[in-house]
Amino acid sequence: MSTGYTRRSITQIAQRIVQDIPDGAYVNLGIGQPMIIANHLPDDKEIIIQSENGILGMGPVASGDEIDPELVNAGKQNVTLLKGGAIFHHGDSFGMIRGGHIDICVLGAFQVSATGDLANWRTLDRDAIPGVGGAMDLAKGAKRVFVMMEHLSKSGESKLVQHCTYPLTGVKVVDMVYTDLATLQVTPRGFFVVDRVDGLSHAELESLSNIKLWETQDD
Amino acid sequence: MINKIVPSLAEAVADIPDGAKVMVSGFGGAGLPTQLLDALVEQGAKNLTIISNNAGSGGVGIAKLVLAGQVRKVICSFPRQPGSSAFDTLFRSGAIELELVPQGTLAERIRAAGAGIGAFFTPTGAGTEMAVGKESRILDGEEQILEHALRADYALVKADLGDRWGNLTYRRSGRNFGPLMATAARCTIAQVREIVPLGDIDPEQVITPGIYVQRVALAERSPA
Repeated sequence: MSTGYTRRSITQIAQRIVQDIPDGAYVNLGIGQPMIIANHLPDDKEIIIQSENGILGMGPVASGDEIDPELVNAGKQNVTLLKGGAIFHHGDSFGMIRGGHIDICVLGAFQVSATGDLANWRTLDRDAIPGVGGAMDLAKGAKRVFVMMEHLSKSGESKLVQHCTYPLTGVKVVDMVYTDLATLQVTPRGFFVVDRVDGLSHAELESLSNIKLWETQDD
Repeated sequence: MINKIVPSLAEAVADIPDGAKVMVSGFGGAGLPTQLLDALVEQGAKNLTIISNNAGSGGVGIAKLVLAGQVRKVICSFPRQPGSSAFDTLFRSGAIELELVPQGTLAERIRAAGAGIGAFFTPTGAGTEMAVGKESRILDGEEQILEHALRADYALVKADLGDRWGNLTYRRSGRNFGPLMATAARCTIAQVREIVPLGDIDPEQVITPGIYVQRVALAERSPA
């Protein structure tokens, strides 16, 4: 390996995302990688996690005697409830999501376009069983949408694209993208690189991404 | 005198006919009325349309109905789950029809049916495959699509406490779709952990008022 940089681990991506979540924020975590963020919440901020299945104030994953089959997160893992937590039905939960009350939603993605389109619910594999869950509601309803994903697909293609080729989850919905290589902001002229891993040049990142990336906010 | 308590789970589901549209509460296993579903498998009604968030996993709950060949169509948001092979196999072979609905739209369609609302506009799904064939309008400056109310003949819900008037409470995130589905079906059947005398449930704590519930059946205690 001649690369002079090290990718961020999933934990490191989660830690990077947490830096951008302000104290007091109401946050929804999508299934898959984003759920890891719940295990990395800092002590110096009060961040309230909403789970689409009717929980505010969701705590970390449950273990041992804490396990209650009636208390699960969006990924159906057994979780805990914090003091001050609240339970409500699905209509209220998605009213909360669709009504614009969630400050930040963190979702996984197959592709994000330069205009903030999100594709994360199905691929073009005809044999796969499609499932959309709450992704379309969250993508449209949350005040800000963060994407947490690998920069490249398993076959090495950039997941940052000019136009999504996979079916869309939402149009112009993504605000920020956090990957194992960089942090990017979706701006009116395209992706702006907020930061990138040490040892990776802007030119290398742009080449891997196969799309124009901006080094400055505006010029 | 009103007495919605039925003597057994079997009697609670006895009249569900072939071809019925049946809502089933639950999010994965949380809030899933497993014992009512077992009774429905025993009862044997066929060509059912199941409206639920998921399509079952393992060999229990909705998966058991699917495996028994009783399900013609599933309306849900997320059929794909670890162990959902029963549904996967029949879906791929074309034996089961799937109507995929975004989860919030599913909840809202059910709520609309229960509240006498025929249809509503929502931005969820605008510009995606979900919008194909649906009327759309620009409202509040953004594209929104028309979604219709979703009703059912029966709703099977899992609740915690129930009384003879049909008042229900739920436990933790097991609440999920139960209170919505109870409002949207012609006949709502609740599987409860405990039946209590009228007045034992604090009126402030009633989550589903009895007006929405037709039958209450006591769940059998599972062997630890």
